[in-house]
Amino acid sequence: MSLRVRFDDISKDFGSVRVLHGVCFDLEPGRVYGLIGENGAGKSTLMKILAGFETASEGALLIDGKAEHFADSRAAEAAGIVLIHQEFNLAEDLTVAENIFLGRELRRGLFLDDAAMNAAARGVLDEVGLKVDPATKARDLIVAEKQMVEIAKALSRHARLLIMDEPTATLTPTEAHRLFALIEQLREGGVTIVYISHKLDEVKRVTSEIIVMRDGHFTTRAPTDSVTRQQMATLMVGRELSDMFPPKHPPPEAPPLLQVQNLTVPGWARDVSFEVHPGEILGFAGLVGAGRTELFEGLLGLRKRSAGTVELGGRKVEFRNPRDAARQGVTYLSEDRKGKGLHLTLSLQENLTLMDLDRHARPWLDHSSERAALDQAIAEFGIRTGDATVNAAQLSGGNQQKLAIAKVLQPQPRVVVLDEPTRGVDVGAKRDIYFLIHKLAAQGRGVVVVSSELIELIGLCHRVVVMRGGSVMAVLGTEQLSEETLIAYATGTH
Amino acid sequence: MQPERIEPALAVPAVALGAKGAGAPRAPGWKQRLHSLGPVLGLVLLCLAGMALNPGFATWDNAMNVLTRTAFIGIISVGMCFVIIGGGIDLSVGSMAALIAGSVILAMNALHAQFASPLLAVLLGALFALALGALFGLAHGLLITKGRIEPFIVTLGTLGIFRAYLTYLSNGGAITLGDEVSAVYSPVYYGALLGVPIPIWVFAGVAVAGALLLNRTRYGRYVRAIGSNEQVARFAAVAVDRVKILSYVLLGVCVGVATLLYIPRLGSASPSTGLLWELEAIAAVIVGGTALKGGDGRIVGTVVGAILLSVISNILNLTSIISVYLNAAVQGVVIIIVAFLQRSRR
Repeated sequence: MSLRVRFDDISKDFGSVRVLHGVCFDLEPGRVYGLIGENGAGKSTLMKILAGFETASEGALLIDGKAEHFADSRAAEAAGIVLIHQEFNLAEDLTVAENIFLGRELRRGLFLDDAAMNAAARGVLDEVGLKVDPATKARDLIVAEKQMVEIAKALSRHARLLIMDEPTATLTPTEAHRLFALIEQLREGGVTIVYISHKLDEVKRVTSEIIVMRDGHFTTRAPTDSVTRQQMATLMVGRELSDMFPPKHPPPEAPPLLQVQNLTVPGWARDVSFEVHPGEILGFAGLVGAGRTELFEGLLGLRKRSAGTVELGGRKVEFRNPRDAARQGVTYLSEDRKGKGLHLTLSLQENLTLMDLDRHARPWLDHSSERAALDQAIAEFGIRTGDATVNAAQLSGGNQQKLAIAKVLQPQPRVVVLDEPTRGVDVGAKRDIYFLIHKLAAQGRGVVVVSSELIELIGLCHRVVVMRGGSVMAVLGTEQLSEETLIAYATGTH
Repeated sequence: MQPERIEPALAVPAVALGAKGAGAPRAPGWKQRLHSLGPVLGLVLLCLAGMALNPGFATWDNAMNVLTRTAFIGIISVGMCFVIIGGGIDLSVGSMAALIAGSVILAMNALHAQFASPLLAVLLGALFALALGALFGLAHGLLITKGRIEPFIVTLGTLGIFRAYLTYLSNGGAITLGDEVSAVYSPVYYGALLGVPIPIWVFAGVAVAGALLLNRTRYGRYVRAIGSNEQVARFAAVAVDRVKILSYVLLGVCVGVATLLYIPRLGSASPSTGLLWELEAIAAVIVGGTALKGGDGRIVGTVVGAILLSVISNILNLTSIISVYLNAAVQGVVIIIVAFLQRSRR
């Protein structure tokens, strides 16, 4: 029932850009593989080729020794390979059973046989240990349940190889533990699992072997037991971590620039207090759903606040909306670059100056002054683009992110909040951004970095606030920063 | 996804081609230019066809006639352009024009009875028209932003409300302007300055103001940013609600202006005043190259679109190749062709 996969010299080009370079490795049946690598390393592209969402430009994909060219994901599914996306593909208005049988509905004569589908769905739901009525609509499920439905859907299609892309990104620890148990159960049943995650502690716990990719190349593989998390991180980045981050200099002694006291954002953050000093990089750690992003959205007036005081430079302030905050010297870069950070359909220039148009209006907008600002930002932030008149959509992820950072710095904020500043960018751009963040602090600004990457927080920040379930669990100084401590506070196991 | 080489970070800034030539905005690519020239090209072709078909087409009088007829829809289209670029829509403009026309005529007649000066009645009535348009727009804007109702639904509702009120005010018949007031007022439609009818001057003024507002002010940029992606604009410190409300107010004022030009033409308002204007205005905006989903659009294109649509009906009137009764069908075909040509862009 299980299958053997061989990637034989797989390359993939997107236009003129080669994102996979002659990748070769095998996957044995009935094992759990941790596929690790930085964003942009090519993991997802490779897995999309395996699951039929993309086709390789060169090389061959061998399934049980036979070369396969999946035309689409249905063909891959027929061969028993299913990719479970980070964003689930459930039709929200259909029931659980309807989703499970989507595209291969059971019929009796001309009509759908709901009873049979519900009964069969019940069976696979039991298999994954999900106790919901198959007639429940998908929109009424919580995230963890949706994921279980996705897995049930895969099982009902007799999946023999499951690819999970960041499966715990939106799960609580308890839910994650249930998923781990299910993975173990599936493995015992002979299913091969490819587990993609940035959370190295999970990789360590769940997988039996790790496969490391970097910059589109297969780098190495090793039994999970033989490497430490530290070694995994070094393998992913491809250089010593000390080289990724600029040396930390303690911020000068000064009264706090931004002081937040007892801020409560109903449903997300409770009684949160923290302060940022000039020249300081303050990190915010926590699991997804810990309320970090929502806390700052609340601070900026994008969500309702029910309590709390904010002082900026010793003066009491209240931000009713981001406009208010920007005028008083606080700007925020959203973690959601495409949804909230950049206008992909507008030009670089229009994106850059949007928060600071007042400076370019005298009173008519002065396009050449905007252009000068763009040229300056391109030089200062190292934005790489062949043509400065393109739309933001045409930049690579790393350059989009640099543009987004340049944009929130245009109003010359005293405090800048960067939410997941290196999400979806490659190693080189990451390092650029780390150095840039240090430069901002050196200019005397207060910098807040919200991040899910522990290595980043440890390498970058002077102090880190750890949140869990909307509350501050700890504030750790430079010398206390370690992955173990951060995870312990973030998961409440301290 | 593009792999980048690791470089010694920011101390040595990457050489970017775009960093050269500071201050000199680059000309847009020819493809982009072709797209914005599309409506103009269409209009030129149409005019050439008109000239070939009827010698009466290429006369000054006919041109003035077409442009005067375009003015009402054209002025409303300029306002509509802002609303659509901002990601909204207003289906009520035709009904709104009818209600404003009826209300203003009633107001002018009453003011005339009160003050005995027809000129004062017309001036106060004009202010009333603009205020009424602004007020209706404000109501739309507030319901859409603060009330969080889809613009389509809000304005579908007011489309019915406005016209029903006009019908109620007119008892199903016509509301007619008093003779003395009409005498003072009629030059607004029938008069000319330097040989060009007044409505065309007003149309030109509104179009120039609209183009400046859209392309050269913060407000115009914010409208585009909101239409392109409202969330991003909100996070980038744009006062989204205020900008959106103002776009509906602007459109309301444009409807007020258009109505003021329209009233002296017939001197009355009836339940059929302004019928289907909303569709013509929206069509003009779309034919002019503005995306219905918002974010991108041009005032010049909108003006050209409005003229193009009325040139079509003008040619049909002057020639007998296609029946005049098929006017709307020909316009419909043109709209669909334009949409087809623009589809590759998205």
